[in-house]
Amino acid sequence: MKVTIDGQEIEVEAGTTILQAARKIGGESVPPAMCYYSKLEGSGGKCRCCLVEVAKGSDADPRPMPKLMASCVTGCMDGMEINSKSSERVREARQSVTEFLLINHPLDCPVCDQAGECDLQDLSFEHGKSKTRFIEEKRTFEPEDIGPNIQLHMNRCILCQRCVQVADQLTDNRVHGVMDRGDHANISTCISKAIDNEFSGNMIDVCPVGALTDKTFRFKSRVWFNKPYNAHRECTTPGCCGKTTVWMFGDEIQRVTGRKDVYHEVEEFICNKCRFDHKDPADWVIEGPREFDKDSVINQNNYTQKLDTVHIATEEGILKGRAQDRKKISMPDIPLDKEQEEIFKQGNL
Amino acid sequence: MSKKILLDKINVPGIKTYEVYRKEGGYASVEKAMKAMTPDDVVEEVKKSGLRGRGGAGFPAGLKWSFIDKKSGKPRHLVCNADESEPGTFKDRYLMEFIPHLLIEGMITSSFALGANLSYIYIRGEYMWVYKILERAIAEAKAAGWLGKNILGTGYDLELYVHCGAGAYICGEETALIESLEGKRGNPRIKPPFPAVSGLWANPTVVNNVETIASVPWIVNNSGDEYAAIGIGRSTGTKLISASGHVKNPGVYEIELGLSVYEFMNSDEYLGGMSSDRPLKALVPGGSSVPILPADLIYKTANGEDRLMTYESLSDGGFATGSMLGSGGFIVYNDTSCIVRNTWNFSRFYHHESCGQCTPCREGTGWLEKVLWRIENGQGREEDIDLLWSIQSKIEGNTICPLGDAASWPVAAAIRHFRDEFEYHVRFPEKIKNRNHFVAEPFAQVKHLVTKQTV
Repeated sequence: MKVTIDGQEIEVEAGTTILQAARKIGGESVPPAMCYYSKLEGSGGKCRCCLVEVAKGSDADPRPMPKLMASCVTGCMDGMEINSKSSERVREARQSVTEFLLINHPLDCPVCDQAGECDLQDLSFEHGKSKTRFIEEKRTFEPEDIGPNIQLHMNRCILCQRCVQVADQLTDNRVHGVMDRGDHANISTCISKAIDNEFSGNMIDVCPVGALTDKTFRFKSRVWFNKPYNAHRECTTPGCCGKTTVWMFGDEIQRVTGRKDVYHEVEEFICNKCRFDHKDPADWVIEGPREFDKDSVINQNNYTQKLDTVHIATEEGILKGRAQDRKKISMPDIPLDKEQEEIFKQGNL
Repeated sequence: MSKKILLDKINVPGIKTYEVYRKEGGYASVEKAMKAMTPDDVVEEVKKSGLRGRGGAGFPAGLKWSFIDKKSGKPRHLVCNADESEPGTFKDRYLMEFIPHLLIEGMITSSFALGANLSYIYIRGEYMWVYKILERAIAEAKAAGWLGKNILGTGYDLELYVHCGAGAYICGEETALIESLEGKRGNPRIKPPFPAVSGLWANPTVVNNVETIASVPWIVNNSGDEYAAIGIGRSTGTKLISASGHVKNPGVYEIELGLSVYEFMNSDEYLGGMSSDRPLKALVPGGSSVPILPADLIYKTANGEDRLMTYESLSDGGFATGSMLGSGGFIVYNDTSCIVRNTWNFSRFYHHESCGQCTPCREGTGWLEKVLWRIENGQGREEDIDLLWSIQSKIEGNTICPLGDAASWPVAAAIRHFRDEFEYHVRFPEKIKNRNHFVAEPFAQVKHLVTKQTV
């Protein structure tokens, strides 16, 4: 069947969702998704970030759909015409969902371990407003210890429920889920249990924000200081692919994650042994450096890119700027003499 | 005098018991349906009757029944939605409490029509005493042979259970109800698939409100055409209205659809006019989730026609000048009522009851409530009124289920029709610090202050 997204036509198989079709096209028409995760059954539909306008239902029934539809759970129909990026309604809806997501989410990116890899950060960059209209106090939760490997920071959770689906679909005993309702809803264990099953670490990988982070990596480094390499090992855990990305600082493996695609979804899930226990480079066969999007924050430190060499000639050169600042900041009222003025104009003061 | 279909026998002493109910002609529709009709005949009669879902949405019941997937070969279910939790709506409770066998009879007849062998009544957790009444009525019906194996020797089997919810408004949404019935957290499902294709345990399921199902026996006994003759246009039959607020005779009434709002409000047969003879200020005609109507749009529509108790007339003009019949929760306000506080109160409810699954509802309902609280407590800012409007407009239509809309509409309507009252709250915070600010000084008396400042 044929569908058109933002004027671009594509042929897809029956059962394809609008989001999947958009991802086939790629580029700016791909709606953002915070709760949908292609590797998890039944995910999607909750965050409402991926709303699109269905301008034509299908060739058989060309009526437009009155409401915006969640593209991750809406199936394509033959002849369907969809407006994503090109629709003003969609733009407004995404902007408002971003605003809703941020009203109770702390903007603690400077200390959050997810900074640089956070989907909400990306979403706000693309669809957010520069100013908040929410002046009330944000809701907060008491910290909760949920086990040896994962740190839960409930204040940052956006209730996408991906971690619950991981626990449902990958692990034997789900001990956590959503408690309470409305904006008091929270992820918690029932009751005070530890999440320690063999695949629980994948909850960290699927979390789009910094609500679930790796205790072995926490506060060790910012992701853009690490260098990611594809690596693998012979893993004997049933269900684990053994293929990972190891994040290195010098010769040290600081953390291990699943390999993620351009939509930040892991290609295959890995076990906790690979993730938490093997931090020695000798445990791994390093395949080579991992490529990232040009605009990715992680790419800011990308060694694969040719960088200009910065020459700092002398100690004087380093201090030059500081002296200039000192003058500007500390002594604004002291006028410069003529000689100084000349030097200042040349930019050497 | 309106024709009575549901509450006709309500005053018969002992009608709650099986013996009396049966003596009064109860369970005749089951006999008629099973002995003289096919299941499709029953569906056809319900279609002909024009009966619309009485839970609030008003979708034609017969049409909904006809959507049920019969080809899949899977077991089918009928689920009665008795999770009546909307503020201002209490008519299903009345029906179940005083004439429980009517619902049981409706469940049996409807289950037969749908080919369901396992049916449920999902009742609101807070209605524990009604739950017990229904349990007892089911036991009586089963003992009398109306439930169980081979009913009336027709080979048709039906088991009927009452399931008590844990007290969540969202479980009144049909897919959340199904989730809850399956033992899961009561979160709405994303549609499609619709329950008629994949409902309870992924089987074809019809979810109907108590009042809808209780109307089926009369339709089967008297024919769909006769039912369709009651009412006006597409609003056929009778409707239970639960009236509350500043009226002389609050209570549950059965009216013929098409009765004028004026007559319902003022005749002695019904509400008997305003209590304390104070002026009518506003009306919520269909439960807390529907838009509020100001006094000048209550008895007349925007184009000057008489406002009738019908789906069409109450929604005439859209939300700009109309509202909805909804579930029939008729809430009346006199001039001492504070619309801002009322809106805050509704918002507080929806904030508390939002399931938290989708972003606009989870975050938006809380935000609405917080801003309304500030305005009502003298801490509002001028820009808060536009902020409220903006928040509600971003919730509406963008959520998984209608709870988001239900939270949004009352706020939108309150601002649309009573904006000056919001402005008064913002501009004169010291005047509204008294909790009963409009009791001694109704808004009509101070309205000029807002107008003056605006000018």
